[in-house]
Amino acid sequence: MSSETTILVALLLPVLAAVSCLFFGGGLSRPNLRDIATPLIGACTFAAVWRLAGDVLAGGRPELVLFEVLPGVELAFQVEPLGLLYGLVASGLWIVTSIYAVGYMRGHHEQNQTRFFTFFALSIFAALGIAFASNLFTLFLFYEALTLLTFPLVTHHGTDEARRAGRIYLGILLFTSISFLLFAILFTWRLTGTIEFTPGGILGAETSSGMVTVLLLLYAFGAGKAALMPFHRWLPNAMVAPTPVSALLHAVAVVKAGVFAILKIVVYVFGLDLLRGSNASLTLMTIASFTMLMAAVIAIRQDNLKARLAYSTISQLAYIVLGAAMATATGILAGGMQIAMHAAGKITLFFCAGAILVATHKKKVSELDGLGRTMPWTFAAFFLASLSIIGIPPLGGSWAKWYLMVGALETGFAWQAAFLGVLMLSSLLAVFYLMPVVVRGFFAASPSAGPSGSAGGDRKPIAEAPFLCVAPLVLTALLSLALFFVAGDLASLLNF
Amino acid sequence: MIEKILVLEVVLPLLAAPVCVLVRHPRFCRLFSLGVVAACFAIAVALLVEVRGGGVISYQLGGWPPPLGIEYRVSTVNAYLLALVTSMALVVFSFDSRGGPPRVPEQRRHLYYAVFLLCISGLLGITITGDAFNIFVFLEISSLSSYILVSLGGHRRAVMSAFYYLVMGTIGGVFFMLGVGLLYQATGTLNLRDIAARLEPSLDDRGTVLALALLVVGISIKLAVFPLHHWLPNAYSFAPPKVSAFLAATATKVSFYLLAMVLFTIFGAPFVFEELRLQAVLLPLSILAMFLASSAAIFQTDLRRLLAYSSVAQIGYMTLGLSTANATGLAGGLVHLFNHAVMKGGLFLVVACLLYRVGSVHIDALAGIGRRMPLTSAALVIGGLSLIGVPGTVGFVSKWYLVSGVLERGWTAAAVLILLSSLLALVYVGKVVEVLYFRKPAETQPVDHVREAPLGMLAPAWVLAVAAVFFGLTTDWTYGVAREAAELLLAGGI
Repeated sequence: MSSETTILVALLLPVLAAVSCLFFGGGLSRPNLRDIATPLIGACTFAAVWRLAGDVLAGGRPELVLFEVLPGVELAFQVEPLGLLYGLVASGLWIVTSIYAVGYMRGHHEQNQTRFFTFFALSIFAALGIAFASNLFTLFLFYEALTLLTFPLVTHHGTDEARRAGRIYLGILLFTSISFLLFAILFTWRLTGTIEFTPGGILGAETSSGMVTVLLLLYAFGAGKAALMPFHRWLPNAMVAPTPVSALLHAVAVVKAGVFAILKIVVYVFGLDLLRGSNASLTLMTIASFTMLMAAVIAIRQDNLKARLAYSTISQLAYIVLGAAMATATGILAGGMQIAMHAAGKITLFFCAGAILVATHKKKVSELDGLGRTMPWTFAAFFLASLSIIGIPPLGGSWAKWYLMVGALETGFAWQAAFLGVLMLSSLLAVFYLMPVVVRGFFAASPSAGPSGSAGGDRKPIAEAPFLCVAPLVLTALLSLALFFVAGDLASLLNF
Repeated sequence: MIEKILVLEVVLPLLAAPVCVLVRHPRFCRLFSLGVVAACFAIAVALLVEVRGGGVISYQLGGWPPPLGIEYRVSTVNAYLLALVTSMALVVFSFDSRGGPPRVPEQRRHLYYAVFLLCISGLLGITITGDAFNIFVFLEISSLSSYILVSLGGHRRAVMSAFYYLVMGTIGGVFFMLGVGLLYQATGTLNLRDIAARLEPSLDDRGTVLALALLVVGISIKLAVFPLHHWLPNAYSFAPPKVSAFLAATATKVSFYLLAMVLFTIFGAPFVFEELRLQAVLLPLSILAMFLASSAAIFQTDLRRLLAYSSVAQIGYMTLGLSTANATGLAGGLVHLFNHAVMKGGLFLVVACLLYRVGSVHIDALAGIGRRMPLTSAALVIGGLSLIGVPGTVGFVSKWYLVSGVLERGWTAAAVLILLSSLLALVYVGKVVEVLYFRKPAETQPVDHVREAPLGMLAPAWVLAVAAVFFGLTTDWTYGVAREAAELLLAGGI
């Protein structure tokens, strides 16, 4: 199979999954077949993306040009390291999530499961389209498609709350993408006459410094999925969606689409040389640092577990934006790594939140006292993933933090040490918003034990969520451990 | 050969109308008019293929050479319009409205088809002819027949709306007539190319400036340029649904062509946009239309009125393209003619489906219809996304070139405003979609009996929905042609 066909196959397999969902779930009313088909096709998708990895590692850039949409604007794909990484993360975790989703949706007795799985698969299609886009138009096309395709997932429950959240979701994401991102793309088109992603960038050195700053901010805020403050409100609101959606889409595919777009635009539209040490870079770094700290502080104050994780995501995404804004090779490497590391960690945390919901119907951190003893696997996984998010070795997340700190000291700004401080403070804050969950789970007395019963005295039976929920979260927790040991491969892939 | 069939484009529907009156059989009339429209479409496509790349086909009626006789002249500009009008007419005619408009009894149905055909021949005539007075004649044919068509809507207010439309349309027609008269006085000819060659417009010449003013205002009424748009929302929302679809997709587009032709071919871009600086008026009005009409659309409770106000806003995009007076922007405006026809035509056909099954398109009556009529609702969603301008739909293509053209002119603020105004479309489309899919039907209005629209209605609506995506991804025959037309217009040709 030529690499061209492989790209096409990787893109079309999720569509096939959607069709098979409709066919088995809707037409035949055989939900079991539907729920087996999705992970199988997911595995095939991952395999297809994996096949491209060898090529890319060897320095190849597999391409697929479908057709010309507007004169000079093609619907075209090209696999480069960042896109490959994002594609691997999205398609790989899709397999796990589609297994988890079966356990969750059935365990939680959700309605309209066929619609759910169909749009889920289509969202992955859009995510892969973003990953492999070879120009800004293709990126924008799939970016908007991802917003629209995830809308039915966010509003899945159809309640007033879901509808309101859906409004905010569409409102912010479409507002930012149309008024900032599209404008920036059109402006780039006007300035340079091209919107192809080109190594070294397409904006020439003649672009004035003010223009570069404005454009960079338009792109950074325009990629509203990156949830940079003040355009972050959609993400906590999107948490009304069923947990698998929060896990894969709002911790991995959708939010990473935003930061991935920023990384890619920094590398292939601006070019690192244009940005490094510029005012634009410093401005965006400051905004990212502000978001990072602010969101972490807000996260500490959230009692709803999913909302807390959502703010944690906003904070962690800002790491990637910070890496991109540094515009150094180390910064991009750190940003790319954080995409993978945060994905594995955060999806685990969401899986755990969902498993707790399925098993006990509890949503708040303050209700979790003592649950760790009845759900040991879930809470152990939560603990591991938390360590990865905080950035403690030997978990994957530590590498991303490490390279970010190194990168911060390479930028050459007078205040570069301040960014080091911000990163450290942010990790500290992460301890404060994640560890209480684990501590409460394992060490606090469970409320039902009564005031007299000591914490360790009564041994409650293990009452985990269904196997299909627990197995995936253990898997992803182990993945974030394993990622620590393959960081070298990632580093050689993301060598800019 | 091709110049021989050129004249059939107008003659066929013009002659088919009396045939319908004579035969009187409703079923025959329906199929016959469909056949005639299909033939017109085939001719239009043949013409477009023939002239694409800079060709011109000329036909002299009765063999009289141009300054004396009437010349039919087809270039890329009007071949594009002919294809647009006939393709939309074909889709609308293939829509099986199951018994036509409610006001027309069975034994008078043939008259309805006759009037419809007259309207088409009028619109095609305006587009194809190269003679100023001939344009006026066809303008009146199409206008008079569209007043009748609007009045056929079942509601009592349809008649009032048609009357208001008639008054406004007649004022527009008279202005146009006066303008042509002044041009005749100045040049002594009615042939458009002759006028263009002999006219030496200058600001000192009051007569020509007045002629331009009369023509622009007259056509603007027909085009429903903000703030001359008041006839449009009523006319579109009380006309029979099929007629709304047809008029929304074609009538204003032909008026736009007429405006572009007057500005670029007769008076010439240098005079209009550099000496007179018409854009100083046209640009603010376009932007006002985009914002005020879209805001008005948000507050409508009737889906048809909502779409009608949205049309006024979309016309603002077209005139905005006109006022850039550069190839990119003008091509953006021209391509938006077709793109808007596809999406708005499709949406009005969806309205027709909803009216047939639900009986009302009041926003409250549509609660929960998304589940009862999934295919109809999905077509509405596609049309709505296109109105917003989501990439992959025709609306995006228009916006891309409009904004590019505006940026080329250096009007950065206007570019921002275009993008911001599309967010208003997001609000009114979102409102309808929310009601369709999320709102529970009221107790008093159960929707359990509502079924999916029949195939004869659904298929044409979906043809346009698919076209809205197809032409959003392949633009050679839309933008490619529009670009050619724009360059031709800017060079002063037709």
